[in-house]
Amino acid sequence: MSALFTHVDWGDILTASIATLLMLLGSLSLTVILGLPLGVALFLTAKGELLEQPWTHRILSFVVNVLRSVPFIILLIVMIPVTVALVGTSLGVEGAIPPLVVGAAPFFARLVESALRAVDKGAVEAAKSMGASPSQIILRALLPEATPGLIAATTVTAVALVSYTAMAGVVGAGGLGDLAVRFGYQRFQTDVMVVTVVLLLILVQILQTVGDRLTLRFNRR
Amino acid sequence: MGPALVDRPLIELIDVSKTYGAGASATAAVRGVSLSVQSGEIFGVIGESGAGKSTLIRLINLLERPTAGRVLIEGEDLCSLTADALRARRRRMGMIFQHFNLLASKTVLENVAFPLRLEGGLSNPGILERARTLLDRVGLGGHAKKYPAQLSGGQKQRVGLARALACGPAVLLCDEATSALDPQTSAQMLDLLSALNRELGLTIVLITHEMEVVRRICDRVAVLEAGQIVEMGEVVEVFLDPRRPITRRLLRDDQAEAGPVEGRLVRLIYRGEATRAPLLGRIARETGVDYSLLAGRISTIKGEPYGQLTLTLTGGDVDAALARFAEAGVRVREGAS
Repeated sequence: MSALFTHVDWGDILTASIATLLMLLGSLSLTVILGLPLGVALFLTAKGELLEQPWTHRILSFVVNVLRSVPFIILLIVMIPVTVALVGTSLGVEGAIPPLVVGAAPFFARLVESALRAVDKGAVEAAKSMGASPSQIILRALLPEATPGLIAATTVTAVALVSYTAMAGVVGAGGLGDLAVRFGYQRFQTDVMVVTVVLLLILVQILQTVGDRLTLRFNRR
Repeated sequence: MGPALVDRPLIELIDVSKTYGAGASATAAVRGVSLSVQSGEIFGVIGESGAGKSTLIRLINLLERPTAGRVLIEGEDLCSLTADALRARRRRMGMIFQHFNLLASKTVLENVAFPLRLEGGLSNPGILERARTLLDRVGLGGHAKKYPAQLSGGQKQRVGLARALACGPAVLLCDEATSALDPQTSAQMLDLLSALNRELGLTIVLITHEMEVVRRICDRVAVLEAGQIVEMGEVVEVFLDPRRPITRRLLRDDQAEAGPVEGRLVRLIYRGEATRAPLLGRIARETGVDYSLLAGRISTIKGEPYGQLTLTLTGGDVDAALARFAEAGVRVREGAS
């Protein structure tokens, strides 16, 4: 073992793994908290939907498109002053979370929008015919019907966030990505590179498997 | 219902129009429709696809807002209601749909409980008990824990029906409720609707493209063509004596119009007792006319027998024969119509 992985400091690997997990959990939960309402708003304000508001929709859609078109590596750098203002530092796990959320929330919002669009219009019409108010339609019909799609959207976002956290390592966020770049790439320690990549791969596999199972479990169609 | 409202129709549409879009691209789905539905009756609207039936039924609970005209329910103008008052009204009007429109994410029981939960103020055990009673009524007591995807089409529609009845509506709107079902299931569904109409005094408005649906359960029918009502009346009347080509087309009754025939083409229409009397042979003998039968149908509408024969009369005293038929209570229409 030690002969194969001469450069690998398992203590560092553990610390980095925990940092990656913390970044992932922190950014994923904030992404869902911010992205879900944004996605619902995008959907509801669209033409022909429940709360049709063309201008609001256009503005939301434009903001989302702008954020999504900025390459994440640029976003990381541009966000530094904002991050410092928000959490006091641009380094470490706390420093990584704001850019991760700003990068992932618009992406998640678009996925939420399309998951809601896939809900059968008839179910919404039926709720309306039963005298449901807009908020009842959203909370009791639209979101429950979209649950499998929303779980799938969360899974895709979580996997995307794993690769974002690796990139965040470049600007001092720590985590497995940081380890891979600093030791594996810059110091040619291939064994470190292999270990971090394998761990990231395992993490992605777990996220995808859990996500797929949950999607299936909630799919009653 | 208060005594002042007794003679008032439950549903009144007054010169209602619905136009989609504006300017040159505007299309009128419903044009100047007026109709009224009395409490306790089953009223059918029949038309071909694209005639505006779906829009028309959605105007009754304001899922579609009319661009002109008024929609009155128990004398109250729906367009003048606040959003809250309109929602309260809708709870008193059940609706079932061609594609059932159940919530796939909820169990059968929760689907039926859904409108009760919207209302608020009801206890959870009370809601579930009411939902179970309704499921029993539609014969699905054993399926409460299943999800809609596990049910057949007919069962799904019965869940839809139980859900529509949950809040004790005065009116049930049926949007092509049997069109997605096979003939046998469809017939069972219609019988169930008919039974609910009798037992609960439930007023039913249904739209369909199938004459069979109208024939089986409706009291009155309106024929819709290109957004306008072209014929309306008691079902037996409209069936026996369709005035418009569209109505005959829906009745698939235009076979007699094909081909040149000798003699005088007449259509004999009779209902009730006249159906059973051996009139044709007797009158032919007595007046010396010969008849040749081109088309005919003898059936029942809501239990009443009726018949319709298309024939040509030659020789003898045709005028006298026609007069004799009229005397015997048979309606006579000359020519192809």
